[in-house]
Amino acid sequence: MGKTLLDIKNLHAEIEDEGKAILKGLNLKVNAGEVHAIMGPNGAGKSTLASVVAGKDGYEVTEGAIEMEGKDLLDLDPDERAKEGLFLAFQYPVEIPGVSNINFLRTSLNEIKEYRKEEPISAKDFMALVREKSALVELDAKLASRSVNEGFSGGEKKRNEIFQMAMLEPKVAILDETDSGLDIDALRIVAAGVNKLKNENNAVILITHYQRLLDYIVPDFVHVLADGKIVKTGDKSLALELEEKGYDWLTDVKTL
Amino acid sequence: MSGYTEEELKEELKDQEYKFGFTTDIESEKIPAGLSEEVVRMISAKKNEPEWLLEYRLNALRVWMEMTEPEWAHVKYEKPDFQNISYFSAPKKQYESWEDVDPEMKATMDKLGISLDEQKKLTGVAVDFVMDSVSVATSFKEKLSELGIIFSSFSEAVQNHPELVRKYLGTVVPTQDNFYAALNSAVFSDGSFCYIPKGVKCPMELSTYFRINESGTGQFERTLVVADEGSYVSYLEGCTAPMRDENQLHAAVVELIALDNAEIKYSTVQNWFPGDKDGKGGIFNFVTKRGMCHTNSKISWTQVETGSAVTWKYPSCILKGDNSIGEFYSVAVTNNYQQADTGTKMIHLGKNTKSTVISKGISAGQSQNSYRGLIQIAKKAENARNFTQCDSLLMTDRCGAHTFPYIECANNSAKLEHEATTSKIGEDQIFYCQQRGLSEEKAIGLIVNGYVKEVLNKLPMEFAVEAQKLLAISLENSVG
Repeated sequence: MGKTLLDIKNLHAEIEDEGKAILKGLNLKVNAGEVHAIMGPNGAGKSTLASVVAGKDGYEVTEGAIEMEGKDLLDLDPDERAKEGLFLAFQYPVEIPGVSNINFLRTSLNEIKEYRKEEPISAKDFMALVREKSALVELDAKLASRSVNEGFSGGEKKRNEIFQMAMLEPKVAILDETDSGLDIDALRIVAAGVNKLKNENNAVILITHYQRLLDYIVPDFVHVLADGKIVKTGDKSLALELEEKGYDWLTDVKTL
Repeated sequence: MSGYTEEELKEELKDQEYKFGFTTDIESEKIPAGLSEEVVRMISAKKNEPEWLLEYRLNALRVWMEMTEPEWAHVKYEKPDFQNISYFSAPKKQYESWEDVDPEMKATMDKLGISLDEQKKLTGVAVDFVMDSVSVATSFKEKLSELGIIFSSFSEAVQNHPELVRKYLGTVVPTQDNFYAALNSAVFSDGSFCYIPKGVKCPMELSTYFRINESGTGQFERTLVVADEGSYVSYLEGCTAPMRDENQLHAAVVELIALDNAEIKYSTVQNWFPGDKDGKGGIFNFVTKRGMCHTNSKISWTQVETGSAVTWKYPSCILKGDNSIGEFYSVAVTNNYQQADTGTKMIHLGKNTKSTVISKGISAGQSQNSYRGLIQIAKKAENARNFTQCDSLLMTDRCGAHTFPYIECANNSAKLEHEATTSKIGEDQIFYCQQRGLSEEKAIGLIVNGYVKEVLNKLPMEFAVEAQKLLAISLENSVG
């Protein structure tokens, strides 16, 4: 078993100002080399979990801890969490008009390098890296010079997320419904990209509604998130079981 | 006489040091506050001006006396007391020594990447630097004079090229044009004069920044640029360094004349002191800028406005000649309690005239940012075309963005397009950037630079890089 990369302990979080609790004591330990899938019904708190871990404004953590390699993430700004090696592939990637994908990524990469006290990447090395990594997700080279996500199709946006992940080489990547809105070919490409990127030193967390994605990226663990907690954990077969039975059999127990 | 020799330049520099050495003497020569015929005569006499220019000033004073301060702009401020302003004071050293310079100002200049030598020059403390730059400036001037290009202070031009100044002064912005133009015409202190002879393409950017004997930009600046037939010039005004000035009121007039087949590109970066976080202090910047386009000529205004407490400025083009082209590219940033009312007028008189207006407003803090534009198509302006794009970006929910686009069209063959957007800087965009490792400040800088890219692309490369940094600094801690 690899070392623990991400450790979420008894996490309670609510929507700021509304005081509405979304996460209610969530525990999750992710070790190097592992792939975790988080599934669950709508409104269970899956996307909130991704947002809270990444440090998005608008949520308040009322209890618990999130640690990355022993470091408390809750003390860090979102950009510092990213620099520590956390990556979030967005469910809805954001458009930034007038900023080229290339410029964006180079700024990003160099910010991360500076944080780690490494030399900035040269233009030549950077372009070589762009060519190598964009091939990984079969991203059209033209998209690299276009404005970030602007005018991209849904599939291109998702591929661009994985391309960015490939460029930044995070320790922990959370893929928030990366499979939604993808046709079967795009799904295969994205999954192949992720599979090539995972290794014994990093970890991937897949947030998804459908077991379809898990045919392509095989998880070590499948967790069911319901009502702000992980209510069941199993291996890949759990996903198949969920596909068949839905979530009711898990959540009903609770509500009874 | 067509330009400088090295000897003359050295003489001039000597004079300058002399001035600095006897600052107190010069100060005692300051004309008492107030505006009257006597004051105007004194200003003209001190500058040893010819009779016709004195008459020009006196006429302007009479016109100004009859006028009232305009109130149509979307700005609120306490009107200056015109009898409590001194209209002539000799150039003065801003700081006695480098140690006296405001540390905050030094820090800002560091962030802008301005070298120490330049910083000293900008704050007026460096004699060394002036000496160092003699050779650079000399070769610069030699090169220009070889081509017959005249580039000097306005006062020098009055002495050395009175016929040119007289021929063009006030032909684009007439004295009676507006309250501040009239005031400027009566009391203008100094400024720049530039003449490009027929068929000459000026090989370098002309920048006020390089003009060696510049004695501070002055309160009532007057600039006149004449591009003779078939010539080309790119002119840069201002710089990104923060400019402080004890004079609160600035009323400049800039006139551009592009004769047949000529092209003038005029770029401005304005960063006058905007006042503090609570809106105290800051410069009132009431500027009249206008260009006259003759047949087949082109005038292009590009401006990055980040400074001043109140800005009132509409760089415009009169497209008099057939097939002439006018362009206006603007970024106006307001933060804290700044107010800007800026835009352009494109007056289409000739046939097949074309104009393009791209305005990008950014409002932060509690500031108010207005675009005001007029597209006027005269009866005889067949096949005139205009494209206007007017975007506003809001950084907070306490600031304001306003647009006042006017269109007057008297010819049915005209094609006019107007596009406008208003958006608030997206928290989602900032978070997305942060998740990729950019700090909030870097993220805002990147998003804003993307937003203004179309305009910055029009600036000369070096200027554009500085302007980018300036925007980031102007908007520090501004999202809310």
